[in-house]
Amino acid sequence: MSTASNAPGTPLLEVHDLHVTFPGKGWRAAGREVLHGVDLDVRPGETLGLVGESGSGKTTIGRAVLGLAPIASGRVLLAGEDITDTGRRRRRALARDLQVVFQDPYTSLNPSLLVGDTLAEPLLGQGVTPRDARARVAGLLDRVGLPRDAATRLPREFSGGQRQRVAIARALAVGPRLVVCDEPVSALDLTTQETVLELLLEIQRDSGVSYLFISHDLAVVRYLSHRVAVIHDGRIVENGPTRDVVEHARDPYTRRLLLSAPVADPDEQRIRRERLAAVRGASGDVAA
Amino acid sequence: MSETLQNESLATDPDTNRLERAPRRSTWSAYLHSPLGVAGGAVLVLVVLAALLAPVLAPQDPSTADLALAFHGPTTGHPLGLDSAGRDVLSRLLYGARTTLGGAGLAVAVALVLGVPTGLVAGYRGRRFDGVASWLVNLVMSLPAMIVLLASRAILGPTVWVLMLVMGVLVAPSFYRLTRGVVADVRGELYVDAARVSGLSDARIIGRHVLVVVRAPIIIQAALVGGIAIGLQAGLEFLGIGSGDTPTWGAMLNEAFQNIQRSPGLIVWPGLALGLTSASLVLVASALRDALEGAGGARRARRRPAPRTSTTPVPVPAPVPSSAGSDVPRGGLLSVRGLAVAYGTDDDAREVVHDVDLDVGPGEIVGLVGESGSGKSQTAFSVLGILPRGGHVVRGSVTVEGQEVLELDERARRTLRGRVVAYVPQEPMSNLDPTFTIGSQLAEPLRCTLGLSRRAAHARVVELLRQVEIKDPERVARLYPHEISGGMAQRVLIAGAMSGDPRLLVADEPTTALDVTVQAEVLALLRRLRDERGLGVLLVTHNLGVVADLCDRVAVMQDGRIVENGTTAQVLRRPEHPYTRRLVGAVLDDAPCREPWEPPSSAPDRTEATA
Repeated sequence: MSTASNAPGTPLLEVHDLHVTFPGKGWRAAGREVLHGVDLDVRPGETLGLVGESGSGKTTIGRAVLGLAPIASGRVLLAGEDITDTGRRRRRALARDLQVVFQDPYTSLNPSLLVGDTLAEPLLGQGVTPRDARARVAGLLDRVGLPRDAATRLPREFSGGQRQRVAIARALAVGPRLVVCDEPVSALDLTTQETVLELLLEIQRDSGVSYLFISHDLAVVRYLSHRVAVIHDGRIVENGPTRDVVEHARDPYTRRLLLSAPVADPDEQRIRRERLAAVRGASGDVAA
Repeated sequence: MSETLQNESLATDPDTNRLERAPRRSTWSAYLHSPLGVAGGAVLVLVVLAALLAPVLAPQDPSTADLALAFHGPTTGHPLGLDSAGRDVLSRLLYGARTTLGGAGLAVAVALVLGVPTGLVAGYRGRRFDGVASWLVNLVMSLPAMIVLLASRAILGPTVWVLMLVMGVLVAPSFYRLTRGVVADVRGELYVDAARVSGLSDARIIGRHVLVVVRAPIIIQAALVGGIAIGLQAGLEFLGIGSGDTPTWGAMLNEAFQNIQRSPGLIVWPGLALGLTSASLVLVASALRDALEGAGGARRARRRPAPRTSTTPVPVPAPVPSSAGSDVPRGGLLSVRGLAVAYGTDDDAREVVHDVDLDVGPGEIVGLVGESGSGKSQTAFSVLGILPRGGHVVRGSVTVEGQEVLELDERARRTLRGRVVAYVPQEPMSNLDPTFTIGSQLAEPLRCTLGLSRRAAHARVVELLRQVEIKDPERVARLYPHEISGGMAQRVLIAGAMSGDPRLLVADEPTTALDVTVQAEVLALLRRLRDERGLGVLLVTHNLGVVADLCDRVAVMQDGRIVENGTTAQVLRRPEHPYTRRLVGAVLDDAPCREPWEPPSSAPDRTEATA
């Protein structure tokens, strides 16, 4: 890892012309390409919001970066190092820099493991002794605002928001440089969502971690992201500073996406509704 | 921050508090609570001990024959008597336990060694190994077991051990399939992905996450296979296909059967030993299953922990008409007064909805908002009379077009649902039957309730699909649910709800599972139906944007109570109740965009540490 790659402004994560193809089901079935050449980058301490609808491939981008999806072609670089096709051993070492928070806090924690054991997992993966791991778990729980005795409890004793705090603590355990957040708040209630987002912001301010923040919810992405990339049918259709994308979207799909999300004000929403109808009429889009 | 957190964990989280009180019962103590399991386990332990201690316990050598004493009854040296060759029955029974149990143990061990590791690898890695292994397993399973056993005896010699070894190979596929299936399921869990991202090796992931889940079914299967092995072994020996002189229970049965005319009592002891051992194995297996599944029951628990539902039907007390809120004039279409819903029986009934008043007029869309567990869905369900098992209305009154709904019998309610009140559920896909086409699913209720002919019903279905703005309704009617998108499925369900031309629509989070662009279309559709037909809508949602888009009035629920009720503009702009204020405050619409990223002024220290 050269110092040059860590110079301010140099991307921490770079994705070049990424294609992902899932193998077809059955004998010699054709594969299905879900990403058709995606380019994006995340700088140190930056949050890149990745917005798209279901089936757009936004989750697949995150999984490809994490080494969980089959990359057909293209390159993924972390701090200048090519991690597109890393072996298991190298991947394990990468875990120190690259972590994840999944959407569903109910299935992302093993129900039969104590929270303390779940949190110790990434530390053990880095060769920390079980004893030291236990000592660091207490600090992690403090960091995400959970009581210390949480370590000796099972996930089912926690609410959705608290479980997501556990998942965040697990991601932070090894002090990563990039955390892929895959819809981390969409399973949560509105008020809980707010506190978890605050926690993510606070952690970023303190530790300088970068987020690849994947979500379908533009309001959440706008609040959390320095930059926004909009993905539609496996292609990035718009990418720029959050304010530019939100206020001056160039791509018709982005405009439609922005106008589709209803806002919690009846009059404003009526105006948006009419503008959406106009956009849709202009693009000849009919409900099907 | 910490204050909000306190609120999150204490105030709005009754679920957590409830779960904390639930005792965490270990598998072991759950097992000890099953009397049959304990009895079976005790018998099994006794049998194993007897087998192990046979040389000490046996009064005689099991093979010493004294023909003079053949068929002799119990004496001091021979508590259970002697067999046809004058050998001591008790001693043969004890030594027989060694071969019988040992043989069964061998069969199970072989099956475990062959089946479990291959199943683990096949389930975890999949692909080519899985393909080859599954092919081999299918091959083994297609072999006729009895013929293979007989042939192996002919070739490899007549010993119990060889027979049981072969049997182990023959039953190994059952372990393979079990393990592979369970592992493949666990493999897809997010926590296994998280472990991989955490940098754990495959061996460690299998040890920590996979074996725990596989353990229980394998133990149960092993107990069952052990019982089967004992039975099969005894059966073979009974037919005379076993080791010649080795004392086994099966051989004893065979010998006793040959002399059943002369000494019918001889058959009792080996029969009893076989029966008791097999029965206790089955009992142990089923008690283990109950204990392990009870302990791991939370594994299946998912989001939306529904109110505890009891498995026994609860006598539903007649709702007490309540005069609460009767001073407020009742709405024209739907009117709810003093509604209370509880789960459980009288003694430990838990009230989840308290004294709810709600009105929906014709052509009016009323939002019912709240967070998960606030009781909003329960309120909607009681209007429809479809509360989940164990839930019942304890007080209050629900009228639809002036008719009291709670007093209706099930038949009258059915007529009401569909004709007057219709329902649109949250998950469109899980509410369509995957085995029928869209057309036939929509036509079925039309033919039942309206008595339409097949042709007329089809025409009406196409018309309904056209009304919900589906292009090419003829084609869509012929499709199966998996062939359409989520948004289309929700349109189909709305079409189904419209089929009886209802006046009130109860929609439970109708757009939550949909993308925003599709959501906008479905909301527009609901608005159009309201405008054209004067449909009243009770819209249950957690999304304040949806409320602002569609609703005329809105009621806010918290912990089973309506805390605020008013026009949409009033509630969203000038919320009065603290909870509503918090809810509206948590909406991020007005939150400023995050400022563009700026390079940090000084390079963070930890880049050096990781370099």
